[in-house]
Order: sequence, then structure tokens, then C-alpha cells
Amino acid sequence: MISPGLDLQMNFEQALESFGFSHEVAHILWLPLPMLLVLTAALIGVLVTVWLERKISAAAQQRIGPEYAGALGILQPMADGLKLLVKEDVIPKRADGFLFTLGPILVLIPVILSWLIVPFGQNLLISNVGIGIFLWIALSSIQPIGLLMSGYASNNKYSLLGGLRAAAQSISYEIPLALAVLAVVMMSNSLSTIDIVNQQNGAGFLSWNIWRQPVGFVIFWICALAECERLPFDLPEAEEELVAGYQTEYAGMKFALFYLGSYINLVLSALLVSILYLGGWGFPIPIEWLSTWLGESFNSPIFQLFAGSIGIVMTVLKAYLLVFLAILLRWTTPRVRIDQLLDLGWKFLLPISLVNLLVTAALKLAFPIAFGG
Amino acid sequence: MNIAASTEIICFLILGSIVILGSLGVVLLKNIVYSAFLLGGVFMAVAGLYLLLNASFVAAAQVLVYVGAVNVLILFAIMLVNKKETLKPIKGLQIRKILSGSICLGLLILLIRVDITTPWPLPGPVSIGEQATERIGEHLFTDYLLPFELASVLLLMAMIGAIVLARRDVFSTDIETGNNAGQELIEKSNAPLIIDKTS
Repeated sequence: MISPGLDLQMNFEQALESFGFSHEVAHILWLPLPMLLVLTAALIGVLVTVWLERKISAAAQQRIGPEYAGALGILQPMADGLKLLVKEDVIPKRADGFLFTLGPILVLIPVILSWLIVPFGQNLLISNVGIGIFLWIALSSIQPIGLLMSGYASNNKYSLLGGLRAAAQSISYEIPLALAVLAVVMMSNSLSTIDIVNQQNGAGFLSWNIWRQPVGFVIFWICALAECERLPFDLPEAEEELVAGYQTEYAGMKFALFYLGSYINLVLSALLVSILYLGGWGFPIPIEWLSTWLGESFNSPIFQLFAGSIGIVMTVLKAYLLVFLAILLRWTTPRVRIDQLLDLGWKFLLPISLVNLLVTAALKLAFPIAFGG
Repeated sequence: MNIAASTEIICFLILGSIVILGSLGVVLLKNIVYSAFLLGGVFMAVAGLYLLLNASFVAAAQVLVYVGAVNVLILFAIMLVNKKETLKPIKGLQIRKILSGSICLGLLILLIRVDITTPWPLPGPVSIGEQATERIGEHLFTDYLLPFELASVLLLMAMIGAIVLARRDVFSTDIETGNNAGQELIEKSNAPLIIDKTS
């Protein structure tokens, strides 16, 4: 059963129209609101992730970590951001100034645009575009151009090597990533993220895609880590070999753009894993059961509000569990070599994901009830 | 004219001028790296035009294939062979430029003529919006099956060709000169760095 859920847009526009605005004006007034909200949510998500990274890395290395800025050092990421904001913006003399500035922007914009398709509830997303998850795959393929651009424009051999490595890595891991997504899309008969989540929420946590796509889940998670350049795969900025890769020459706000981009991308990947494989906003037991237990009608406003908030909490909770896993992985695993990285991508993940796709197609034909006929 | 239509026209004008100026820049700029980056911009603008035509799947595919794969590989190739080289002056460069320029101009005139003489049905067919993805899939697996399969065979051939060219150890000697043409891998995975001196 698909419930209408909260529809903030409809309510907002109806409220404005009742004040005497025309329908078009109400729509235009509505448009920037969800974008601003999601941008704020993404930035706060980054601040939380940076704090978690500092605290968990400290725990992994038996240190205390940040503790003076706010309670438990919770204001430390703000202090970091403020520091980067007021730092001098250095452009090396022999660098190509225009491309040097454009590079970080090209890295950040596709990542932020991809938040367009992240749903927090039945109607709680910016735009339910039909191509949904495919939009994210297409947008994330723009990023390597920005990395190559900043690597080239820095006029520094470490930067160029880092940029080339980043591009090679993201091209190699995009293919298994797309194939893993394709298997999920095949089961839900739709590219839209809303449909993908709805298809998983028939019987609580038992119907989550992770049980039907365990291999796809692992492939997707490995590839997502590689696309985010997180530690087992952080070759583009390997400190011991390349100083800091393509970021070597960057300082101040331009460096902050790279930093933001990589953390927003991490949170986004975690959110997408939770949407594709862990049931998105779904509660571990079907939310309809809760309404009958509580003796509250499913369509009553109070219960809709309750269900909406539970949806947001569940999405964020699942995503942050995955972020925690990524941080633990970063501080406990060594870096792979470049040949191991490419071997893993092309000789292991690519064949496995192809087999996964074929098996999913076969299972879909054999058991159309369980695999979305 | 309502807000939606005027926004559409403004977007079309901006995207059209990006496509035209960008592609002129790709051809005319001296620095090949700038040309390659501009090419990416032109591809993005073309994707934007598809988006204006309500073909969101085609637009995303354009970004994924042309920007994400083709353009990145072009940039990759340029940066891997980033060598300053003085090229030999080509004889009759001026005549060649004039020739290719006039051919391109002729093509442009032909296209403009087609554009003017064709009776375009206005307004066009009703857009099917979000169902376009399914419709494309249906067409690819029914009436366009043969071209689709032919294209995939072509891609397979190109891939095998690239692998043969890249793996020079298949031909250990040059066919014309007879010299050794084998290339050792620069990065060996398991060769020990310290030579064993005990033996």
C-alpha cells in the first residue's frame, strides 16, 4: 500500500493561494525552499561527519581528539571551516589561474546537484525525476574532469599525477557501480528513487534489497568508497607518494571546496546505499502495523507527521551507520597499490557485477514474486 | 507569453550560444588542453538542449557517455603525452585550411537549406515525459534491434583492436624493420627491489 504521506509542497502552495497569490507565484516562491533546506542539510551533514571522523580516528588511535571547542569538541569542524574561510587564497605564479579556480567548482557542483534525488520520505525530496538514480551516475561522471583540470592547472607533477590517478580510478569503478545499480533497478522496474524505496517496504526489514542483492551491496559499497577516494582507495592523494595529489597547491577556500566535496560525496554515497539496499526511509517493521497498534488512523495528520519524522530519522540513521563504517575502514586499513586497485576494479568487481546482473535477471524470470516481476 | 515559455527561450539562447562559441573555440584555440576542456563544456550544453526538449534520459546518457567517458579519455590521453614538441611545418597548410573551411561551410549551407525547406509540424508531437525511458528500451529491443546489435559488435571490435595495439608483446618483432618491439611493463607487481647477492 502506497500512502500519500506528507506533501509539504501542496500544503505550502495551497496556503499561499489562500492568501491571494496566483498559482504560478506560489510555485516560484516554493522552488528555492527545498533547495536551501537540502543544501543546509548537506552542510550540517558534513560538519557532523568531520566531527565523527576526528573523534573516531582519535578513539582508534587511543587519543582524546578535539575537546575544547564546545562540548566534546563538537564545534571543532566550525572552527576548521572558519579558519579555511579567512586563509589567504594563493594561486601559484606559474599555474593556470582560470582553470585552477574552475577545477574545485566543477568538483563540488555535481555532488551538490546529486542531492536532487535523495528522498527522505514519500514526498520529501526536491524533485522526483523519472531518471532518478541514473541522474546521479551521470552527474558523478563529471567530477573527474574537475580533478584533471585542477591537477593540470596546478603546474606541478604531483598534482598532475594525482589528477590522472583520480580520473583513472573513478572511470574504473563507475562501471561496476552502474551495473550494481542496474540490478536494483531491474528488480524495482523503475529508475526513480521513490519507487526503489517503495518496492522494498512491503514487509519491514525482511524485504530490504540487501537480502536480495548481497553481492550488489558489497560491490556498490566498495565502488562508492573508491569514488569518494576514501582510505583503502585514497591513491589520488596518497600523502607518502604524492604530497596531497591534486590538492597540493590549493589553500584557503578552494581547498575547502575539495574538502567539502569529498565529505558531501561520502554522506551522499551512504544515503544512496541506504536508499538502494537498506530500505531508505522504511522503519524495520512496516509503519502501517504501528498505526494499528497505536490505535491511530493511518491517514490522520498526527500519524502522518509521526511517520514523516520517523522516515527522516531512519534515512539519516542508516546513512550515518554507513558513514561510521567508512570512517572505521579509513583508520584501520592500509592503502592498496595502484596496480592492486585497477586489478580489483577490472578483473574482480567488473566480472562479479556482470554475473550479479545476469543472476538477478534469471531470478526475476524464475521467481517474479520475490524479485519484482 | 508565460513565465515557463520565456525561461525556455532564454535557456535555449544561452545554451545555443555556448554550443556555437564553444565549438568554434575547440577548433580555433592553440592550446589543445583548453580545446579538450571546452569540448566538455559543449557536450554539457548539448545535454542541456536535450533537457529543454524533455528528453531527460538522453540528456543524462549524453553526460555519462560524452562528458564522463569520451571527454575524460581525451583529456587523459592529452595529459599522458604532455610533451612540448616542435612539429614539422606542413606544406600547403593555407590551402588545406581553406579547403576544410569551405567543406564545412558547404555542409552548414546544406543544413540551413534543409531547415528552411522542410515543413516542420508545429506544434510537434506531445512529449511523453517520464515514460521516454521505457519507450527507448522498447524500441531498442524491437524495431531497432539490428542497429543496436551492430553497434555493440562494432564496439567489441574496437575494444579487441585496442587491446591488441596496447599489448605489444603479442608482436615481439616489428613487421617492417625486424627490430625488437616488445615493451616491458614499467610497473611490475612482484619483482623484488633488492637484488639477492648471496647466489
